[in-house]
Amino acid sequence: MPKIIINEKEIEFEKGMTVLQACELADVEIPRFCYHEKLSIAGNCRMCLVEMEKSSKPIASCAMPAAEGMNIKTNTEFVKKARKGIMEFLLANHPLDCPVCDQGGECDLQDQSLFYGFDKSRFSENKREVKDKYMGPLIKTQMTRCIHCTRCVRFAEEVAGVPEIGSVGRGENMEITTYLEQSMTSELSANVIDLCPVGALTSKPYAFEARPWELKKTESVDVMDAVGSNIRVDTYGWEVKRILPRLNNEINEEWISDKTRYACDGLLKQRLDAPYIKKNGKLIKSNWDEAVELVTKKIKSTNPEKIGAHIGDMTSIETIFALKTFLKNINCNNYDFREKNLYINPSDKENYIFNTSIQGIEESDLILLIGCNPRHEATIVNARIRKTFVKNKTPIFSVGNSGDLTYDYTLLGENINDLKNIFDEKSKISEKLKNSKKPLFIIGESALELKNAKYILDETKNFLIKNNFINDTWNALNILTQNASTVGAIDLGFYNTEDKNNFIFFDKLKNKDFKLLYLVGSDNLEVKKSDEFIIYQGSHGDKSAEIADVILPSPSYTEQDGLFENLEGRIQECRKASYPTNEAIEDWKIFNLINNSLNKSDLFNDFLSIRKLALKEIPNFSEIGLLPKKNKISNQESSVVISGEEIEIKLIDYYFSNSIARASKTMSDCRDVIHNNKKNGTNN
Amino acid sequence: MLKEENKIFKNLYNAHGWEIESAVKREDWNNTREIILKGREWIISEIKTSELRGRGGAGFSTGLKWSFAPKEVTSRPHYLVINADESEPGTCKDRDIIRFEPQKLIEGCLIAGYAVNAHTCYIYIRGEYFNEGNRLQEAIDQAYKKNFLGKNACGSGWDFDIHIHFGAGAYICGEETALLESLEGNKGQPRLKPPFPALVGLYGCPTIVNNVETIAVVPTILRRGGKWFSSLGKPKNTGTKIFCISGNVNSPCNVEEEMGTPLKELIEKHAGGVIGGWDNLQAVIPGGSSMPLLPKNICDTITMDFDSLIANKSGLGTAGIVVINKDQDIIKFMARIARFYKHESCGQCTPCREGSGWMWRILERAGRGEATYNDINLLEDVTKQIEGHTICAFGEGSTWPVQGLLRHFKKELEKRCISESTFRKKRKIPYLVDQHLLESENA
Repeated sequence: MPKIIINEKEIEFEKGMTVLQACELADVEIPRFCYHEKLSIAGNCRMCLVEMEKSSKPIASCAMPAAEGMNIKTNTEFVKKARKGIMEFLLANHPLDCPVCDQGGECDLQDQSLFYGFDKSRFSENKREVKDKYMGPLIKTQMTRCIHCTRCVRFAEEVAGVPEIGSVGRGENMEITTYLEQSMTSELSANVIDLCPVGALTSKPYAFEARPWELKKTESVDVMDAVGSNIRVDTYGWEVKRILPRLNNEINEEWISDKTRYACDGLLKQRLDAPYIKKNGKLIKSNWDEAVELVTKKIKSTNPEKIGAHIGDMTSIETIFALKTFLKNINCNNYDFREKNLYINPSDKENYIFNTSIQGIEESDLILLIGCNPRHEATIVNARIRKTFVKNKTPIFSVGNSGDLTYDYTLLGENINDLKNIFDEKSKISEKLKNSKKPLFIIGESALELKNAKYILDETKNFLIKNNFINDTWNALNILTQNASTVGAIDLGFYNTEDKNNFIFFDKLKNKDFKLLYLVGSDNLEVKKSDEFIIYQGSHGDKSAEIADVILPSPSYTEQDGLFENLEGRIQECRKASYPTNEAIEDWKIFNLINNSLNKSDLFNDFLSIRKLALKEIPNFSEIGLLPKKNKISNQESSVVISGEEIEIKLIDYYFSNSIARASKTMSDCRDVIHNNKKNGTNN
Repeated sequence: MLKEENKIFKNLYNAHGWEIESAVKREDWNNTREIILKGREWIISEIKTSELRGRGGAGFSTGLKWSFAPKEVTSRPHYLVINADESEPGTCKDRDIIRFEPQKLIEGCLIAGYAVNAHTCYIYIRGEYFNEGNRLQEAIDQAYKKNFLGKNACGSGWDFDIHIHFGAGAYICGEETALLESLEGNKGQPRLKPPFPALVGLYGCPTIVNNVETIAVVPTILRRGGKWFSSLGKPKNTGTKIFCISGNVNSPCNVEEEMGTPLKELIEKHAGGVIGGWDNLQAVIPGGSSMPLLPKNICDTITMDFDSLIANKSGLGTAGIVVINKDQDIIKFMARIARFYKHESCGQCTPCREGSGWMWRILERAGRGEATYNDINLLEDVTKQIEGHTICAFGEGSTWPVQGLLRHFKKELEKRCISESTFRKKRKIPYLVDQHLLESENA
């Protein structure tokens, strides 16, 4: 490996690194504003200047490729003077409003001015003032504070794929703007807030809510979709103030979606704070004793065959396991996790997970989307696909029209026959597939809701095995699930399927076979209420709470510990950051209460024992936070196609997809903006 | 003085007509085919022998620049880009070349394009040169008609096309990488170097960017031999150069002269002398507004070439000589230049964006006599903090003239200064202020 001398210390570096990265290897910190690891290099803040031997000028370390034998010095008077000069320029037109600035305490400019700032300003001219721009309901702007690092511009163009932020004007009059003063049409837009090194772009919903040092920080994972983005939950007392991304290169890199970040204000609204019982068609506040007694009475008086249970999209592995144990105890076998007729084949683990892994997307050389819209179904996965598209120019094809995905893809058709052509090697991409080493097939839930679902899943797998695209090093079969609970629920066997009929639970539901329905956090299941008795256990007063006869309040995902299995089959821990509202108690304790009332015994002694037992049930489990172990691959029996079916991609109401988001004011603002966005000259 | 026979631009004053017919009579397009058939190696080595230095301002060896282009063309085509975005205040040489000697430029494009393996040439001309651009287009059309351009240009077997692109009038687009950005349709902001355009340039392809004058002299050099060119002027500063003399002179003009001609001779002989006589001279900017000015005592003896001007802490730049006599207020003059640079800064990198306006404001105040002694030191600090810290050479270009003022006319500045700032006296101190700071002198 080549060597470089940094502050008289010789270190080895990898080819292709910049001087700044080499300095980091040598544990030398370089101040920077415009440089960001995940964005392209702009080199415009000039804060990272270092001295290089044989160069009369200081060099910008972020942009200079490191080369063999360079002699870099970062601690000389020369460097310090250069950086001080830059800092003075940055501060010259920067307002002195730190006391009222939301970035205060986590501001790069504030921190670095401690090291490189002058003690008093020599700039006696009038400071520049810049008009604030409207950037939608998420981003608050204060453009006078902008230091023109262009991180936001580069993010919008490179990562989000919506070139809607840019700079206009030149010199002193350069301004960062969204041109038309609209909100960004991206689900990743709020990441520019994290990227902004100063207080020019701050969070609108969080404006003036708290200071960073007052907040308790809890590392957790997100449950808004099945990606399992790593997040940090910041709480002030009981209240969740904000959610920030945590770096995890295997999943979300440094980004999280707007829903992940801003649905948290829904945690304060529509909460179920106490047990409720329906009397005369009205839900009346009650207490635990009364509610549990009623539930016990109903369970005792109902034939277990007539009891059905359903879990929601944000239910943790422990809760699913505890519920299943509880249902077994009362001899009930009717349960499911699906919200619609979603075909599953749980015989092998790879039949329902994203086998390639999210990081693996970057290695692929061809991507085929089958009935999925990753932009709305798994925003972070979509960002990764875009990254490959931009970096490696990976060709992307789609069966089923998924609209604007922020990258170009070729539409192969919207019919099942177009997919059949691929399997029969008669498609226009067959040649490309033959030459491909690492293709990627992503099957979305829209495809698995079709009549042809079984055909699509089985034949895709057979095709991939036949072409050796599923082997020891690469698995091209990927299922894009939408809910955080899905993979965990399948692993724990929380479904009713038979060989002939995949949807027993739904048939029974349709036929009104259930006399008692136990819904645990389940808000997206369509139930036409007639005479059945409905128990709803959950955190938010949403669709299901309206039709419930008894409501048992339980905590939301930030208020209890729990494991979640993401779409890759990676199990991660969601940690308790805050406390349940008023009388709400944790899910497993509720099952304990009911069980106690039924047959005077506890189901579980403590939470950790549930976790231990649940993890034993998970097939191919390796370790928390890691990908699952690999299976031996078996062929599926070939299926018959039902010819001529259209592959339609179901639109999901992105900002309203779960009960927390539906309770969130911010999400409903975002939804309004998207729906009411006026068409203008730039919309073709 | 340059002999008539050694002049390259014989039609600099349009005495003979610009059309292709009269240009051919002046030996343009003569033997072009033979020159090209001698091969790339020969052309580049001949240009190296001539020691031709780029006429755009930096004075980089042209032969060397051409030799940086990759020898083999890979999947990415090579491009030749001509920088006709002549925006440097005080400079108008390219304009006259385009107007009166367009065939020299076009022929140079073909030869240079062949030398660097480029089939396509873009001429980036500033938007204000609208008529000149039209004239150039006409000239290109005439050359196409005569089959000097296009498929098998000039019978040399080399296909060559020239396209004109009009800029939108930004000074920064004269910087070669900003020019490429602008040509690609982006905002004209300089790129980071390395990589240099010779390897990664227009659309990511190897690109050679040259000034109009540099390219226009190439055919004559090749026709008369590199040795002939290097015999003119001084060692390492060879050949002839068009000087643009403007400002307080009796007859401003463009004139082609040998490199190393004394400045006094240029002004006295060609421009009719300084208004009010040589003794009325205050200062001269020797190379366009971005070069430091020279006071009269240096002007008496200085010769106009790259190296001797650098020795006097100035530069030849584009050889746009601006003469300033004693009737002018040198500080207001510099404030105007600073305002130009403040206006033209692209705003990409911090020092130039924030510093150029700051310099202008201090100079403006100094011009009005409202600056303090501290401001002079501050001005010097600001120029030092910009210089060398920017992405492109604009940082130097905007600070050098101010540094020149500070170097040679500091006394003038100090004379204007007031010992105490008027601002401080008039400053209203708000009620909510740290009271202990008011007691100290520096508050």
